[in-house]
Formats: sequence, C-alpha cells, structure tokens
Amino acid sequence: MQSENALKYDYTIARYFMYSTLVLGIVGMLIGTIIAFQMAFPALNNLAGEYGTFGRLRPLHTDGIIYGFMLSGIWCTWYYVGQRVLKVSMAESKFLMTIGKIHFWLYLVGVAVVIVTLFMGITTSKEYAEFEWPIDIVIVIIWVLWGISIFGLIGIRREKSLYISIWYYIAAFIGVAMLYLFNNMAVPTYFVSGYGDWWHSVSMYSGTNDAMVQWWFGHNAVAFLFTVAIVAMSYYFLPKEAGRPIYSYKLSLLSFWGLMFVYLWAGGHHLLYSTVPDWMQTMGSVFSIVLIVPSWGSAVNMLLTMKGEWNQVQENSLIKFMILASTFYMFSTLEGSIQSVKSVNALAHFTDWIPGHVHDGTLGWVGFMIMAAIFHMVPRLFKRELYSKKLMETQLWMQTVGVVLYFTSMWVAGITQGMMWRASDQYGNLAYSFIDTVTVLHPYYTIRGVGGLLYLIGFFMFCYNVYKTITSGRVLDKEPQFATPVA
Amino acid sequence: MFNWLEKNPFFFAVAIFIVIAFAGVIEIIPDFAKQSRPVVGTKPYTVLELAGRHVYIKDSCNACHSQLIRPFKAETDRYGSYSLSGEYAYDRPFLWGSKRTGPDLLRVGNYRTTDWHENHMWEPQSVVPGSIMPAYKHMFTNEAKVETAYAEAVTVKKVFKTPYDAPGMPKLGTWEEAKKAALEEAKLIAADMKNEKIKQAVANGTIPEVVAIIAYMNSLK
Repeated sequence: MQSENALKYDYTIARYFMYSTLVLGIVGMLIGTIIAFQMAFPALNNLAGEYGTFGRLRPLHTDGIIYGFMLSGIWCTWYYVGQRVLKVSMAESKFLMTIGKIHFWLYLVGVAVVIVTLFMGITTSKEYAEFEWPIDIVIVIIWVLWGISIFGLIGIRREKSLYISIWYYIAAFIGVAMLYLFNNMAVPTYFVSGYGDWWHSVSMYSGTNDAMVQWWFGHNAVAFLFTVAIVAMSYYFLPKEAGRPIYSYKLSLLSFWGLMFVYLWAGGHHLLYSTVPDWMQTMGSVFSIVLIVPSWGSAVNMLLTMKGEWNQVQENSLIKFMILASTFYMFSTLEGSIQSVKSVNALAHFTDWIPGHVHDGTLGWVGFMIMAAIFHMVPRLFKRELYSKKLMETQLWMQTVGVVLYFTSMWVAGITQGMMWRASDQYGNLAYSFIDTVTVLHPYYTIRGVGGLLYLIGFFMFCYNVYKTITSGRVLDKEPQFATPVA
Repeated sequence: MFNWLEKNPFFFAVAIFIVIAFAGVIEIIPDFAKQSRPVVGTKPYTVLELAGRHVYIKDSCNACHSQLIRPFKAETDRYGSYSLSGEYAYDRPFLWGSKRTGPDLLRVGNYRTTDWHENHMWEPQSVVPGSIMPAYKHMFTNEAKVETAYAEAVTVKKVFKTPYDAPGMPKLGTWEEAKKAALEEAKLIAADMKNEKIKQAVANGTIPEVVAIIAYMNSLK
C-alpha cells in the first residue's frame, strides 16, 4: 500500500467543482420539483410570466442537472481521483493548475449564459443539446480544457498502469466529445443571409436524419455522463471506502469494453415505430437488451467487492449510499432494456413511464453516487471529520423514499396513460378522449411531486452536512485511509 | 493486449474511439440520402409559418407535444394517418418530441381552427376543461421574429437547396417582399381572430407571436 504522505495532492480545483456541484444541484432539483408540481397544479405556471412556464423551465431542469450538478460532480471527482490513481499531484505542474482554473471559471461563465438564454427561450429544441452555436463553441473549449487536464496528468503520471476509473473518465471524455460535435452541427443563419438574430442557427440535418443523430446523441451523451463517468466514481470510491480490492479485474474488462461497444447501438430504442429504418429500430432494441451484460457486470462487480464485508453496509452510511446506488443502477438498466422491447415500447413510449425510468437512474444511481463521493472527499479536502452520521442516515432514507415514490407513481401513471390511449369500446372506437388520459393522472403527478420534494429536502440536508463539516467538523490530524470518519 | 493498452493511454483512447464510433457509422450513414427525400406534395414552410415554428421551439412546446404518429390503429384513429419519413424532409430541427403530456400535433391543422387556437393559447381551460397546459398570454404581446425566419429560409435555400421560389413552392424573394407576404398572410389569420389588439397590431404592420404560431399550427396537416 502506497504511503499517503508520500505525495501532497492539490485539491484546489476539486474544491471549486464541489461548490458548484452543491449550488447547481440545488438549482436543478428545485426547478425539477417546481415543474413536477406544475403538472399536478397548472396554476403554478403563471408565477413568473413567460419565464415560469413548464416549457421554459423544463430544459433548465434537465440541463441544470446534467451539465450543472452531474458534470460538476464528475469534474470534482476527476480533480480528486485523477491525481490519486495516477500518483501525481496537480501542484507539480503549474500548467495543469492554470488549465484547471480556466476550466472551472469558463465553465461558470458557460453555466451563467446557459441559464439566461434558456430563460429567454433561446434554444435549438434538441433535448440536452438546446444551446445555440455561440454557447456550443464555449462548451467545446471547456471540454478541450478537460481533455488537456486528463491527458496532461496522464502524461506526467508515476503509476504507469491506468486504473479502471481512468478508463471510464477517458471514455466519458471521448464519447461526449464525438457525440456533441456531430449532433450540434448547424449553420448560423445570420452569416449566410445577413438577416435576423446573429445567434440563430439551423440544423445541418433534417427530419428523420436529424432525429437519428439527435437520439444517437441523446441516448449516449446521457450514457457517457450518467453511466460511464459515474461508474468511474464507483470503481474508485467504493473499494477505497470499504478498504477492499475490486472483486474481479476480468469482469471490469468485460464490462468496460462491452459497454463501449454495445452502448452506441442502443440509441435507436428512442425511435421505435418512428420513420427511421426498421432494421435500425431492431438493432436498437436488440442491443438494448444485450446492454444488460456490461451494465450488470459493473454493478455485480461492485456488490461482490463487498463479499464477506456486508457488516460494513450496516455500519457505514457511505457504503450504504453506494450499494444502494449500484442496486438502483441494476434496476434502472433492467427497466431500460424492458422498455426497449418493441411491444413494451409501443405502450410505454411518450408516457410518464419514461421520465420515471430516467429518474430511478438519475436520482437513485447518479445522485447517490455523487453525494457518496463528496461525503468521502470532504474530510480529505478539508481535513475535517464529517459533521453528522444521524443527518446522513435521515437523508438516505428520506431520499430513498422520495425515489421510490417517484418511480412507482410514474409506472402507474405511464401504464395507465398508455392503456387508455389505446383502449377501444365494443365497436372499435377509441374509448377515451385525450383529456381523460390527462385528468386521470392528477394523483400520480402529485405523488411524484412529493417524491421529488423529499429528495430535494434530503439534498438540502446533504449540503448542510457538508457545510457544517467544512466550518465546524472536528479537525483531523492525518488523512483517513479507508472508512470516512463521521461524528 | 489489454494490459498493454492500459499502459499506453494514446492507443487506449484510440481503441475506445474506434469501438464507440463503429455503431454510429453503421447505423446512421447508410440511410442518410434516402431519408431526406421529400414525399410528393411536401412543401417548405412559408416565412410566417417558420416564424411560428420558432415560437413553438422558443416555448418548448415539443417538451409536451409530439409530432410523430406511430402506425397503430389507436394512433391513426386519434391523430390521422401515420408519419412518413419524407414528410419531415424540410424540418430543421425535427420536432417529434419524446413525451405526450398533451396530444400529438403532427396533423393538428386538419381538425383545429384559428379561433380555437386563439382561445386555447389565451386560456387553455376555456376550451379544454381539465387541461394542464399553461396559458400563453405573452404570445399575444411578444412580436414574432419574422426577419430571423426569413434568414433561416434563405440559409436553407442556399446551403441545403430547399426548393423555395421553385414553381408551386413558397416564394421568398427579397426581405422587403418576404416581409410584405408574411404580413398579408398574417392579416388573413387575424381576420379569423376576435382579439382587437391583435387585429390592430397586424393592421399596423407588426406580427404578434400568436399569429405566427397559429399559421404554423394550421400548416401542420
């Protein structure tokens, strides 16, 4: 075991990104809770004129969470894990420190511009790629800066062999770069015609092609951030916290390369029964089912890492978070595969079951993993003991209840809606008008809102716990090696 | 091999790129040309309709409404004949959506009218009791961006050869001509509306967002 004192790691950038994770997490989840209640109580749409309607807020919620909370969390862990598994300190390279700082500040500028423009309704309409071309250029620069940071740090590493987490960070970097570039290809209209808004652009692809590229992106950009980068975290933080080696190197190999190969094919499952070619839909469907193998490979590897150490799950709240996260990952990937079966998709597509599926993954897997990672890092970033175990436990159960309320209500809502859309009377006529299928969902939308609210309250507890740790946690004289100390 | 890759980050990254790029190359490229061929009778949007489409995008109508009718009896009964790829040939971006909180709109022009939309945008519950759609009153005061729509039409004509100004297709002409044509089109819609301020605005030469989006809705057939 490498002596922890041999190297003094510099966590400046990790701390910056931790702050943005907390702030943007609050923003994104708060907006999410608001729009959840808007669906149950539509009068809530009128609170801020045109800027408060569901349509304006929805992209702010999705992008705020994806590129705000989650991406900050991913970068926070990168600037922590990267140094440690490569056995090199950021302090050793002035250049990389500068790059890291520009990376963070430019990212904040980008976030601010995105928030303003989305409120104004400046959007390309493509899900998770709503930003117009000037913002896209800034995003590409931010991404390249991260790339320089990854490969720069790898370039001066002491540990020659790349640890599993690094594979996943590299993959997240390359995957998103490729997808984002191709999906956002657009022609700025002002520069061609000399008229209109200078920021406006028109997509390079039209109709069905545009849809194919968009969902090739939409499915996989989410995959390479929500899955790949989060798996990177779990491969570092779980074994570290538990003081156990990863169960199987071979399983991690299979899962990694399997995931890389299979994931991209699955985008077609967003377009089943649409006008994209039939063979592509079938490929999307088939590969979505194959996707179970690499997804469960990683999750099983996590669970088996705890083999013979299950007492830790009971004793250590952080392990509890991470094991729950892995379990939600298994559950969510299974659900995704089921929804990709064509006959199931015929019912589920366009219904609330889809946001339900998204949220058991994002709230249960991504959210829990990022929060566990931050709980693990804070005492090491600030040399202080975690503030309260009791608060952690309350948060864990509150948020778990929140997630369960969310996805169960959306299951019922989605299936109800899907069945009502297709129901017919004895003469073969449609049994329900569309509005019947809306009003029937009111109770489920309310339950979902409550679920989201519980998760949000839990997140406030998390932020408070982190804040108190930083300001008044017991000072640690040396860095804890494995289990994170908590009061 | 894997051990070697894990010590050589450059080749590791290249290997990842090849493995992930594979699926995109095979799935997307072969059908590109075929997909973008328009169905006979499909026309590009007029400048006013395009401005309305921008309003639709601005307020993310596509977050709750799809524009994709799947080939099931329940869907064709409810919304009209199922979608054909070529119908979308001039849609940049596509607006299929991913969620039907509200009904599909691909052929809404077949069964809703200007005055229905006017009432609906002002107060959705007045025409559909129980609706959870927000009111879009700001569309009655905001001005539609006709110039940006014109810019887009000119761009797609130049860059993607969209057949504007071809026989039987919408005319573009110069900006002055296009502006005049859009206003004429807006006047026809305003004539079917009851809101006096809208009529006044159009008579004075400005086009409120609601007029543009109704032009767009009416064009969806």
